[in-house]
This record gives sequence, structure tokens and C-alpha cells, in this order.
Amino acid sequence: MRRLLLSACAGATCLVAGALFAQEAPRLTGPEPFTKETPAPPMQRQVTDDVRRKRNYPDQPPLIPHAIEGYALDLNANKCLACHARKFTEQSQAPMISVTHYQDREGNTLGGVSPRRYSCLACHVPQTAAKPLVPNTFVDMDALVEREPRGR
Amino acid sequence: MAAIARAWSWFWLNPWVRTATRPPVTLSLAFLTLGGFVAGVLFWGGFNTVLEHTNTEAFCTSCHEMKTNVFEELKGTIHYANRSGVRATCPDCHVPHQWTDKIARKMQASKEVWGHLFGSIDTRDKFLDLRRHLAEHEWARMKANDSLECRNCHSAQSMDVSKQNPRAAAAHEKDLFTGQKTCIDCHKGIAHKLPNMQGVPGWQ
Ligand code: HEC
Ligand code: HEC
Ligand code: HEC
Ligand code: HEC
Ligand code: HEC
Repeated sequence: MRRLLLSACAGATCLVAGALFAQEAPRLTGPEPFTKETPAPPMQRQVTDDVRRKRNYPDQPPLIPHAIEGYALDLNANKCLACHARKFTEQSQAPMISVTHYQDREGNTLGGVSPRRYSCLACHVPQTAAKPLVPNTFVDMDALVEREPRGR
Repeated sequence: MAAIARAWSWFWLNPWVRTATRPPVTLSLAFLTLGGFVAGVLFWGGFNTVLEHTNTEAFCTSCHEMKTNVFEELKGTIHYANRSGVRATCPDCHVPHQWTDKIARKMQASKEVWGHLFGSIDTRDKFLDLRRHLAEHEWARMKANDSLECRNCHSAQSMDVSKQNPRAAAAHEKDLFTGQKTCIDCHKGIAHKLPNMQGVPGWQ
């Protein structure tokens, strides 16, 4: 009996604590009930100042620092490649897509852009000035390494 | 020979023709001159009114080929909706302002009416099949007139590159102001979806 009472108490505490914490975080699941329609929040402005952003880790697809509105990206035409493909970078002065964009998943380097890298916007996105909904506790790798003493 | 002579005299002896060719006996010279002038004005005005009517977006999109394909696509672009509310209509980009060029383009357009009547692009698939061909026509036309239609609204002289984003400013300074390239060389597909661009210079 005591055991049962104790576990009931623990359970209740957990639930209350959970509910308290949940109140702090913003709702991410839309209105309550979910069938209710709410007005869409205003679109955030994109940062299009042409300043290349630092990557948070070497493998991160870099953010797009320029406007891409109206750029064709479908089976017929890829506007991104008209500047970023190897043969057009002299004219456009854009950074060339790196060699990984020419490799298939086995790591073989192909003659042209790999089909899995054709749809640029699947990985590269513009940044907006929106405030994050939850605080971000990401720590840069370099910050971790700097704490380690180097050599003697 | 005799048949021709018969037809000739039949024509000239026809009462209507005789009336029309007889010198006027009751009308004054002033009336005839002024009347001719007024009739000319009416005809010219009417001609130009009809011409102007065919020069509106409502006319261009009155046939479903244009309405369901290109017009729908235009609606999503900056030339239809933007922050300042100034917009471009079909004739702004597709019909020259100069009268002679306009007439030439209108005569070409009669072929497009023909295409409409015989249904050469009356389905989306047929339109997409012909799209590259149609687009190349417009590119060649704009290349030949140095993108005159674009320049009717956007003048290179009034472009303040310091207000443009650096990518635009660099490209315009390098190739536009030096006359190396014209708008349509770099700005294809600003108003509609593009056809298959394989082999078009600058695309891959
Ligand atoms: C008119 C030429 C042009 C087009 C078209 C273009 N870019 Fe760029 N891009 C640039 C230039 C130039 C830079 C260098 C930074 C700057 O000036 O904005 C750049 C930078 C970038 C970067 C940042 C690279 C880095 O290392 O930080 C990414 C990612 C990128 N572009 C992706 C794209 C994608 C995706 C598209 C298609 C939706 C695209 N670009 C279309 C010219 C272009
Ligand atoms: C599958 C995800 C993916 C797709 C799709 C993709 N990229 Fe990337 N891209 C990356 C990653 C990851 C990096 C950074 C690491 C690297 O270079 O591989 C990168 C790097 C880049 C860079 C910087 C290269 C450098 O050397 O600084 C540019 C520019 C770029 N991508 C443009 C593009 C363009 C243009 C396309 C479309 C044709 C594209 N990417 C498609 C993932 C992707
Ligand atoms: C009827 C006038 C008119 C004509 C003709 C016209 N434009 Fe525009 N264009 C505009 C207006 C208005 C804007 C939007 C200005 C704004 O609010 O930012 C615009 C914007 C643009 C932009 C900027 C896109 C962006 O994302 O900022 C480009 C590029 C452009 N036009 C190219 C062209 C080209 C190329 C042609 C010729 C095929 C052309 N325009 C013909 C009026 C015109
Ligand atoms: C050498 C190629 C080139 C030529 C020629 C060219 N442009 Fe551009 N233009 C660009 C690039 C690159 C950009 C920036 C990227 C984008 O908006 O796609 C740009 C951007 C623009 C913008 C938007 C500017 C901004 O700050 O957002 C307008 C408007 C424009 N062009 C109009 C024109 C007009 C009109 C002509 C012809 C008189 C023309 N361009 C000729 C390459 C060119
Ligand atoms: C801002 C200029 C502009 C406006 C406005 C515009 N067009 Fe176009 N149009 C073009 C250009 C440039 C092309 C050449 C193909 C391309 O680059 O997309 C073209 C191509 C076309 C084509 C050939 C097929 C194709 O898609 O390439 C048709 C048909 C057409 N336009 C009809 C229209 C109609 C109808 C309207 C009005 C609803 C219209 N256009 C408004 C610039 C414009």
C-alpha cells in the first residue's frame, strides 16, 4: 500500500513539473483545438546583404546570403547553377559548388552535378531575422577545443 | 480576249460604278475635301482604337492559352505584385511602343490568332512542347532591340548601383553599362516559368 502511494505521489510530481516546464516553452503544435484556424504570422524578412555567414561546423551547408526570389529551380532550369557551376564562376564571381556536389553517394566524382545535389534548396536556406522560439544552447566546436590546453 | 473586253465594259457600264466615277454636280469642293478629311480621321481613329484594344492585358488574356499558362505564372512574380504597386502588363513587355514596330508585331500576331483557331497550343502539354520555341522568339527579339521593352521602364541611366545589392551592382557595372550584354541576356524567366534551358548560353 505504501509503495503504491509513494509511486502515485512521484507520478503526480512528475506530471505537475512537466506541466510547469511545458508552460515555459512556447506552444509548437498550433492552436487548441488543432482544427481552429488562426491568422498566419507575418513572413519574416530574409537577410540578403551578400555577406557570407560563418558555418557552425565544417559540414554545414552554408546559408544563402543573397535574394533568391523568383529563381527557377525545377526540372527545366536551375538558376543557382547559372552562377555557382564551375564554368560560370568567373563571370558571376560566386563561390563554386564544392567537389562534394559532383560526387555520388559512393564518393565517385561525376562529370556533372550529382542528381542528389541538384535541388539546392533542400540543404541551403536563406536566413531570416526571426527570433528563435526556444533558446539555443549550441556550443561551437572551436569553443570546446580552446578550453583544452594545447601541448605543454 | 473578248471575255476580258466584255467584263471591262460590264464593269464601267454598271450604274453604281458610273455614279461613283461621275464628277459631282451638287456637292461643293469644300464639302468633299472636309468630308474626306473627317472620314479619314474616323477611319484612322477607329483603326487605332481597335489597335489599342488589342494592346490591353484583358485582350491578351481573353484567350485561354495565355490566361491559363503565362498569365497565371506572371501573377507570382515581382512584375505583378510588389511593394510599390507599379506593375507591368503583357503589352508593356511584348509590344513595341514605336508605331511601325507595333504594326510589324501585330502582323506577326495574326499568326498567333491562326494558331489559336487551329488549336496549336490549346492544351498545357502542347504549350509546353512549343514553349522553348516561343521563348527563343522573344529572346531573339529582345536581344535584337537591346531589350527596349525593359528599358521603357528601367533606364540604365537612372539605375543607382549604390542602392542595388552588391551582386546586382557588380554585374551591371561590368557588363550592362559597358554595353557587353543586355537585360535579357541575364534576366531570362523573370515573368514566366522557363522551358528546358539545356544549351541556352549561360545555363546548364
Ligand atoms: C547571379 C548569380 C547567383 C545566383 C543566380 C545564385 N547565387 Fe548564390 N551566390 C552568388 C554570389 C556572388 C555569392 C557570394 C556572396 C554574395 O555576394 O552574396 C553567393 C553565395 C552563395 C552561398 C554562400 C556560400 C558560402 O560559402 O557562404 C550559397 C549557399 C549560395 N550562394 C546558394 C545559392 C543558391 C541555392 C542559389 C539558387 C537558389 C543561388 N545561390 C543563386 C551568386 C549567385
Ligand atoms: C544534400 C545537401 C546539399 C545540396 C542538395 C546542395 N548542397 Fe551545397 N553544400 C552542402 C554542404 C554540406 C556544403 C558544405 C560542405 C561541402 O562543401 O560539401 C555545401 C557547400 C556549398 C557551397 C560552398 C562551397 C565552398 O567551397 O565554399 C556552395 C556555394 C553551395 N554548396 C552551393 C550549392 C548549390 C548552388 C546547390 C544546387 C545546385 C547545392 N549547393 C546543393 C550541401 C548541399
Ligand atoms: C511596365 C514597366 C516595366 C517593364 C516593361 C519591365 N519592368 Fe522590371 N520592374 C518593374 C517594376 C515596377 C518592378 C518592381 C520594383 C519594386 O517594387 O521593387 C520591376 C522589377 C524588376 C526586377 C527586380 C527583381 C527583384 O527581385 O528585385 C528585375 C530584375 C526586372 N524588373 C527586370 C526586367 C526586365 C529584364 C524587363 C524586360 C523583359 C522588365 N523588367 C520590364 C517595371 C517594369
Ligand atoms: C551581366 C548580366 C546582367 C545584365 C546585362 C543586366 N542585369 Fe540586372 N541583375 C544582374 C544580376 C546578377 C542581379 C542580381 C541578382 C538577381 O537579382 O538575380 C541583377 C539585378 C537586377 C535588379 C534588382 C536590383 C536589386 O538591387 O535587387 C534589377 C531591377 C535589374 N537587375 C534590372 C536590369 C535591367 C533593366 C537590365 C537591362 C537594362 C539589366 N538588369 C541587365 C545581372 C544583369
Ligand atoms: C516583365 C516583362 C513581361 C511581362 C509583363 C510579360 N512577359 Fe511574356 N515573356 C517575357 C519574356 C522575357 C519572355 C521570354 C521567355 C522568358 O525569359 O521567360 C516571355 C515569353 C512569353 C511567351 C512565350 C512562352 C514562354 O513562356 O516563354 C508568351 C506566350 C508570353 N510571354 C505571353 C505573355 C502574356 C500573355 C503576358 C501577360 C499576362 C506576358 N507575357 C507578360 C516578359 C514578359
